[in-house]
Amino acid sequence: MMSMDLMTFLDMGGYARFVWPAYGVSLFSLLAILIFSLRSLKAREREFEALKSQRRGDRA
Amino acid sequence: MKIANAIFPWAAGLAVLLFAVGLPIALVTSPPDYQQGETVRILYLHVPAAVMGEMIYYAMASGSAAYLIWRHPMAGLVAKASAPVGAMFTALCLICGMLWGEPMWGTFWVWDARLTSTLIMFFIYLGYIALGDAFEDPERGDRAAAILALVGVVNVPIIKFSVNWWNTLHQPASLSLTKSNMSGEMLLPLFLMMGAYGMFYVTVLVIRVRSELLAAKIRNARMSQIAGNEAAQAIG
Repeated sequence: MMSMDLMTFLDMGGYARFVWPAYGVSLFSLLAILIFSLRSLKAREREFEALKSQRRGDRA
Repeated sequence: MKIANAIFPWAAGLAVLLFAVGLPIALVTSPPDYQQGETVRILYLHVPAAVMGEMIYYAMASGSAAYLIWRHPMAGLVAKASAPVGAMFTALCLICGMLWGEPMWGTFWVWDARLTSTLIMFFIYLGYIALGDAFEDPERGDRAAAILALVGVVNVPIIKFSVNWWNTLHQPASLSLTKSNMSGEMLLPLFLMMGAYGMFYVTVLVIRVRSELLAAKIRNARMSQIAGNEAAQAIG
């Protein structure tokens, strides 16, 4: 019975091939831009720290 | 930036919460439409993405105006950080709309006023991003892109009113500030998903503005380093 319910849910009234790609591409895009933005922030934080410590080295 | 840091955990938490509540309602518990069946579930992605695409455009244009008129650097950074997010939401609006159009209209795409003006907004976003990177002097790029954002703002009300001004295949709005032609069972997941998208934008915006600020600091540090080296050479 449970698997029957799951099948009807996944079938989306026969519109599965439209509904699921819409949810899939939305989820993928949101995650992608979030991860990309976080990674670029981390990379710049590292670069900035490296520059700062380099400067301290110059002064010393 | 202090305010941004203070709201960041709240926006991120709210985004997670709204997605956690909104997605199951949008996908499972909300009823199918009596005409459109289960495809109505695409509405909970398509409409919030469309609203975000337009709202972020207004944010980007306001930031660009403040940057051009008052030379407010932070406003310029907000505009710059917003553009890719707005472009993504506009693309999602178009893709989800196409996946809804094919089963309901019998076509993925028509060149009607609503669809065409939304596509133009997407291209203006891309143009803004490309123009910002097109100059050797980053400030010139920022100014050129800001001007493009301001010119392109005329298109956004056209998107909104296109369904009233012209005969479009796209339906007119079912929602306004004062009345609604939708049942509460469908409004709830719609508002939850709009809230989730909005909070998601704020979250990503804070991350991207921090990143842009650091990029500017790195640029300045490198410039002073070069200047320092040249001065040292001149003395030596």
